[in-house]
Formats: sequence, structure tokens, C-alpha cells
Amino acid sequence: MTDVLLKVDDVRKEFPTHSKEVVQAVAGVSLEVHKGETLGLVGETGCGKSSLARCMAHLYDVTSGSVWFEGQEISKLSRKAMRPLRRDVQVIFQDPYGSLNPRRRVGSIIGDPFAIHNIASGNERKKKVQELMELVGLNPEHYNRFPAEFSGGQRQRIGVARALALRPKLVICDEPVSALDVSIQAQIINLLSDLQREFDLTYVFISHDLSVVRHVSDRIAVMYLGKIVELAPTAELFGQTRHPYTRALLSALPVADPDTADSREQIILGGDIPSATNPPSGCRFHTRCPKARLDCAAEEPVLEPVLDDKPGHRTACFYPLTVGEDLSTAVPDLKAS
Amino acid sequence: MALLEVRDLRVSFDTPDGTVRAVRGLSFDVEAGQTLAVVGESGSGKSVSTQTITGLTRGAEVSGTAYFDGTDLITADQATLRRLRGARIGMIFQDPLSSLHPQYRIGWQIVEMIRAHDLEISKQAARKRAAELLTLVGIPRAAERIDDYPHQFSGGMRQRVMIAMAMALDPALLIADEPTTALDVTVQAQVLNVMRRLQEQFGTAIILITHDLGVVAEMADEVVVMYAGAVMERAPRRDIFYRNHHPYTQGLLASLPARSGDRLTPIQGTPPSLISLPKGCPFAARCAHVFDKCSEPPPLVDVGGDPRHQSACWLPHDVNEAVAS
Repeated sequence: MTDVLLKVDDVRKEFPTHSKEVVQAVAGVSLEVHKGETLGLVGETGCGKSSLARCMAHLYDVTSGSVWFEGQEISKLSRKAMRPLRRDVQVIFQDPYGSLNPRRRVGSIIGDPFAIHNIASGNERKKKVQELMELVGLNPEHYNRFPAEFSGGQRQRIGVARALALRPKLVICDEPVSALDVSIQAQIINLLSDLQREFDLTYVFISHDLSVVRHVSDRIAVMYLGKIVELAPTAELFGQTRHPYTRALLSALPVADPDTADSREQIILGGDIPSATNPPSGCRFHTRCPKARLDCAAEEPVLEPVLDDKPGHRTACFYPLTVGEDLSTAVPDLKAS
Repeated sequence: MALLEVRDLRVSFDTPDGTVRAVRGLSFDVEAGQTLAVVGESGSGKSVSTQTITGLTRGAEVSGTAYFDGTDLITADQATLRRLRGARIGMIFQDPLSSLHPQYRIGWQIVEMIRAHDLEISKQAARKRAAELLTLVGIPRAAERIDDYPHQFSGGMRQRVMIAMAMALDPALLIADEPTTALDVTVQAQVLNVMRRLQEQFGTAIILITHDLGVVAEMADEVVVMYAGAVMERAPRRDIFYRNHHPYTQGLLASLPARSGDRLTPIQGTPPSLISLPKGCPFAARCAHVFDKCSEPPPLVDVGGDPRHQSACWLPHDVNEAVAS
């Protein structure tokens, strides 16, 4: 048995809109994050991956359901009761420009966690901060500089240093490399994986970029309109793709290899992602799915092992793909017979 | 003669901190009906160069030539440029929401654009043409949606509207500056597909500016790799990916998340400031193969193989295969 560090149980997160409707950002998600692993969360804009991540870190209150960290329910804790747990659960955000106060010096930004948790002060704090700066590849002499004096990649290192200050157990990385150029992106990905090994960290890694998620994750959950449609170990998700949406997502990803680009099957989904205020009935993907049948619109599929998959590979689909099945010629049939 | 011939384009901006040399001697050709991808990271000068060609960098110091159909776009007056932009050269940008006027219906905006260039056409005919264009780029129920406002469209649909507008007057050249960067991958695939289809149908040449090597592999005929305002390497698509010569091109490709769980090989360091550039090769400070010769600026020269393949690097060309593999 692997140790469960964080458990998400049937979490829903809804946001009210001006017109009395609600946006169902997360619509009933259950999953477990195991100690020491990297769980990737992937999906397109509005699929709820960032909302789910914020529920995991209890930055959002859940609408219903619960989140458990090391066996303790955290989703209903008050801010004060949550504070000691903040040492264990940290977040790295996407925007290295927006998440650092431009008027504060880098040393004091990275030193904040020590101040908030009364851990170190004065010269001791400075020493700890400089150690952290060194650890993430920043020059410790730049302690007194402002965020504006750093490049995007360096700012993301500042965010990483701040998140790691208190030696957390779980780090939620919300699109940590999406704003960076590819050569810099690779530096940060390597840094995160070095730190994981060194400090035995567990990551939840959120990205819209499948190639990045594939590289860093042990397991991947694919989200669509607030739901997980497929959850599997990385190699299985790519080798034995079951959900038509996962397949479409994989096939839409441009590959930096002309031979593959010229020869591969490409499934181009029709239409746009439907609105999360009024999601489609049944399987939420049925309006765009090449394999959709009448019952897909009527009933909602459960996330469970399909065909002969092991329990670790779960798919929410009535008509899962077999290995080698050609989806590019599939035609939906939503008419009553 | 190529449709567009850019020679030794230089663009710089005066700022309080000093002169930013954004583009430093850029030359390239775009052939009719072909796609030229210009790839590079933030600040490589890829966008500034095409904006300069179309007269959109006011206040910049510009030199060089850019012959389009016999007209030098660099020295052309605003009236000439205005006649060409939109009609002969279509443009689409990364963010379709800020390129469309939020308070006018999209049909009105397309009609306005057609009538600005075609003084003869009636309103009705222009509107009919606008509806046809929207259908052409794959907007469902175009005849109804023509009266919608930009905010009523999704990001992907807005980019289609932009493409419809850019293609309205059947331009010979379409400049697409990061057209799919703000879009999700499934929507990106749709939009790239529309561009490919229109190119086949109308023989439009495309300059595709992107940071995404995946998009380059899917779309390009030829590729220009830019770094710090200059061309590092230029070659047909397959040569860039399989027979590249420049360490920067190789570094970019090696930085991509690999298919295996192997460690990534990033390019160390960060790009140089465009205000105080090094005298020699701009990539030298980050290059793993740097040697004494690199303190002199390397010229862009043929590397052998395909005659269109050139690299700005002092490394010998016979080690080409060895370094690439």
C-alpha cells in the first residue's frame, strides 16, 4: 500500500454569477495523492484544474465534499486552525510577475514564511533565506534586490524558494512553467525534480501542456468541465488511452518532429468547450465526442476501471477506446433508434 | 523573385536606459504560397521585425529593405502602406479580443474593412461577402452570428473571425503573430487546420511567428530561428529538426520535455540585454561549444547540404552530423 498524503472526496466547488446561475468549476472529484509522487492535473481552460488545486490547498472553501491531509479533514478548518498545516502544504503559482509584491525586497519575500510562523528572525532568518536562494539557483548576494530586477525564470525560482522555506510535504504547482520560454522552462522543471528527490516532496502539478505533465508526472488525471474523465499512471495514459477526450487532447498536441507531425492520426474536435454554468447532460463530453451514443447524453459515466484495466487506471466512459482503435473515422450517433 | 524579400533589416528603439537593438540585420525571403515560420523566445525580435515591415513600429529607428511585390515597405509612405495592409497583406495577432472592437458587431467590422479597400462594393455585397468568409473559417450559423459582438464568441471563434477579416480581400501574404498561443490545444488544432486549408485554397503565403516548435513542425515549409535580434539558423523544416547546425537550435530542441522520464537539458543562463549586447556571437555566454573565435560576430553562411540551409556559428560544418546526434 502506498501512503495517502492527500485525499479529495467528492469535492464540488461552485461560484455564483451575477445572473443567479452557478458555475460548476469542480463537479464532484475524488482522488488520492500518494506520498512522494507527482500527480499531474491536465485539462483545457475552464476544466476546473486550478479550482481543484485551490480546494486541495484549502485556499478555497469547498461547496461540498471534503479534503483530507494526512488523515485530517482540512476543508472545513478555519483560517487560524489551518495555519499550522500551511507549513506542510505550499503552492507555487503561474505568474511570477503577479505573485511577488513588487515593492518588497526578495530577501523579505522569501523570509515571510519564517516570520509568519515565528521560526527565525534577524541574522538567522537572513542566513536561512540565503541558503534557500542558493538552493534554487539564485545568487544569495541579490538578497536586497526587488522582483523587477529579476527575469521571469529567476522570479519563478523566488516563488519556489518561498514555497520550500518551511520544508513542506506537499507542493501544489499551478502552471509553474507556463509563462516561461522553453529553455528557461526546462531549467525550472529540472530544479523542481531535484528538489523533489532531495526533500522527498510530493507534487500536484497542474498544466495545460501535456508534454510537460507527461515529463514530470507519475500519474495523470485528465479533467474536462469540472470532472476527471481519466486517471492513470503516465505510461498507461499514453499507451492505453481509454477516454476519447484524452485521445483528442493527445492528438491535438503539436509535436516537434516533422515525421510524426506528417504521419500521425489527428482528431480535430468540433465546437468549443460548453459552458460550466449549464453543462451538458450525461457525459459532459458527449457534445464533442466522436463516439457519442444516445445513452451518453442520458446517463453520467462513473470513473472506474474499464475493459481489463488495473484498478489504478480509471476512465469515465461508456464506450472506452481499445488499443489501436481509430478514432479519426468515428461518427457520433445521438439519434433515437 | 520571392513575394517578400527582406534584406538587412535593423530596428532599434531609444529608451531612457539606452538604445534597444531589437532587430540586427535580418534577411529572409517568403515565397508565394509557402509558410515561413519565425521561431524564437521572448525578446528575440520576431514580432518587432514583422511589425516594422508593415509599418507598425512608429518611433523606431529602421534601416534595410523589405520588397513586397516590387514596393519597398520600409521607405513606403503611410498611404501606400495603408493600401497594402489588409488588402495585400493580412495580419492576425495573438490576442483576438484586443484586435476586435468590442462595441461593434463583427459583421460590421468585416464590412468596414472590405469597404475601406474596395470603394466600389455595395454594403449588401460586402455583407454577403462577410457571411461567406465566416462560413469559410468554420463559424457555424454564420448568417446569424454575423450580428454578434466579439464578446459573444469564444477565443477560438474570435481568432477565426480575425482570420476571416485578414483573408477578406484575398491577400498574397498573411502575417500570423502567435495566432494560437492564447488558445487551448484542441482549439489550436482547429485554427491551424483552418489556416492550412485556406492556404491550399487561395495560395496565400504565411509568415508564422511562434515560440512553439511543435507548431513549427506542423506548419512550416521553411524556418528562421532568431535569438537576440539576429538569425541564428535558417533552413527548410526537416533540416531544422534533423540536420540542425546552430547550438541554439539544438538547445531549443533539447529543452523540450522529452518523451521519456529523462532529465531535460535546458540552455543555461538567460538571454543578453538588447541594450548592451556582446561584441561577438550573442549566444556565446550560454553556449556549450564556445571557443575563442566566438568573440567575433559569426556571419550567416551556408552549411552545405540544402542550399537554403544557413547558420551563424563558427563551429565547423563537417561536425554537423556529430553535434546534432
